[in-house]
Amino acid sequence: MQAQLTQPTISKKTRRELLWREVKKHKHSYILMAPYVILFFTFTVIPVFMSLGISFTSFDLLQPPRYVGLDNYTKLLLDDDVFVIALKNTLILAVVTGPVSYLLAFVFAWLINELPPKLRAFMTLIFYAPSISGNAFLMWLIIFSGDIHGYLNAFLINAGIIDNPILWLKDTNYMIWVIIIVQLWLSLGVSFLAFIAGLQSVDKTLFEAGAIDGVKNRWQELWYITLPSMKPQLLFGAVMQITTSLAIAEVSMQLVGFPSVQYAGHTIVTHLIDFGSTRFELGYASAIATLLFLIMMGANLLVRSILRKVGE
Amino acid sequence: MTLTFQKKIKDALNFKKRRKLNRSKFGDISLFLLLLIFGTFSAYPLIMTVSNAFKSLDELFLFPPRLFPRNITFDNFRDLSELIGNSWIPFSRYFFNTILITLSGTLGHVLIASMCAYPLAKYKFPGRNLIFTLVVYSLMFAPQVTATPNYIIISRIGLIDTPLAIILPAIASSLGLYLMKQFMQQIPDELIESAKIDGASEYRIFFQIVMPLVKPAWLTLVILLFQRLWTTDGGSFIFSEELKPVSYALRQIAQGSIERAGTIAAVSFIMMIVPVTFFIISQSRIVETFSHSGMK
Repeated sequence: MQAQLTQPTISKKTRRELLWREVKKHKHSYILMAPYVILFFTFTVIPVFMSLGISFTSFDLLQPPRYVGLDNYTKLLLDDDVFVIALKNTLILAVVTGPVSYLLAFVFAWLINELPPKLRAFMTLIFYAPSISGNAFLMWLIIFSGDIHGYLNAFLINAGIIDNPILWLKDTNYMIWVIIIVQLWLSLGVSFLAFIAGLQSVDKTLFEAGAIDGVKNRWQELWYITLPSMKPQLLFGAVMQITTSLAIAEVSMQLVGFPSVQYAGHTIVTHLIDFGSTRFELGYASAIATLLFLIMMGANLLVRSILRKVGE
Repeated sequence: MTLTFQKKIKDALNFKKRRKLNRSKFGDISLFLLLLIFGTFSAYPLIMTVSNAFKSLDELFLFPPRLFPRNITFDNFRDLSELIGNSWIPFSRYFFNTILITLSGTLGHVLIASMCAYPLAKYKFPGRNLIFTLVVYSLMFAPQVTATPNYIIISRIGLIDTPLAIILPAIASSLGLYLMKQFMQQIPDELIESAKIDGASEYRIFFQIVMPLVKPAWLTLVILLFQRLWTTDGGSFIFSEELKPVSYALRQIAQGSIERAGTIAAVSFIMMIVPVTFFIISQSRIVETFSHSGMK
């Protein structure tokens, strides 16, 4: 109340002086932050706005950009059949791999948490290793190879389930599932580590208190004690999984090819790479990038506001 | 720091006691089976990669594939070095490029992101909330979104076809800054205050008190950036053959079908062994960092 009453009496000039004094007082902070902030603005903040600006132009890097209004967007949304496929594939991949990988990361972290420390460290390595193994996911090329030497085909033929090898990486019925499986295999990354750490830092006395208060089994323990205490990690993990699941491209390009058969493995990001790096239609690529940005931010903010409400 | 140690001892003591609480045998067994099945799913491709790298050609195409090669051979690595020997750039050059990019990128990231994280974690000043909010928002979209403008900016600064085109954007990676800032927040303010009373300058406090305390977070930043830079192929930013990183050369070799399965496995083995080994060594400290990763 008091602050509100006195505020109007401080003139604009003195307020600016106060601010300047604050800035001068923290000179060291600004100097320490400068290198990172300059790089961060140059390569992350400014590009987002640049992308938005370029998306209203026709630009090929050789000639100066030419303003075309909403042309790129109308072409993208109304005329580009491949983009529609890419959008559909991206949403399928995100809706499946996002929640499933989030759930798997949590369930495995939770199961591992009960193991003795040495075994826990070993299992953490087993689940986390795929995400830091670089090109090792190319092993799936051999597992899903379309000839009889592919492990899966050989297995299914030997078991008498199929007679002829299936072209897992070329048949449009299977391609998206192959990408989903490999992406899930890769998906226990930073959020998995965050969940493990979160589970370890849950206050142990809460469990004993819970047992006295009538928590009967591990499910109730999970729901009433564990989940509420690690909400911050759950929010962080959600952001990580959503962003990754909407940006699937590398796995698709390496496994089913770029471009893939009938674009069955095409995603928004591969479409972006196609126009940005191959065709050099930067205005169009920027329109794709801007849409992708909006989809990612929208999904993240929506899920965040839902998760925040859980348990309140 | 002694506090976390005491907590660890306490946890260890509590461990046996806690196990008996609210647990059923049926639950234990089914959960163990679940872990076993998915653990196999997770480990199988990696184990096969390692084992295929050491298999001879006739053993590679056996079915069922052997989990462990009967005759361990280094043929695949020899083929690899022969293929590489035929290219007109010496292979050591590719390796040098990758090591240069990876080392300077990771070290630069750890230093510069920590320098920025310290004031964000410990001081209140005009602009602080704005910067941290922008960093959190930047976690919500993938770097591919900014790829096109980044290319334009990098070519305007004149960095195209230099290692800096890869290194500088990597240094500004926001996940590392976020984790470092969260981790620094748990450093007690009294520690910094008392150093100030002793007359230490801000910079000395940062380098001599704060940095040594956040070693676990360094390791985390290192592994996150390391894997990204270690496997970079230069993309469209580097086109001179003599500046290309090793991952590019290996990918060229690995291109091709199943006949090259052994060589692909050898390549993948080389690329994965470094980050995985690093993680094995520093796992407990990396996990410790993530206990402060939470978001509000």
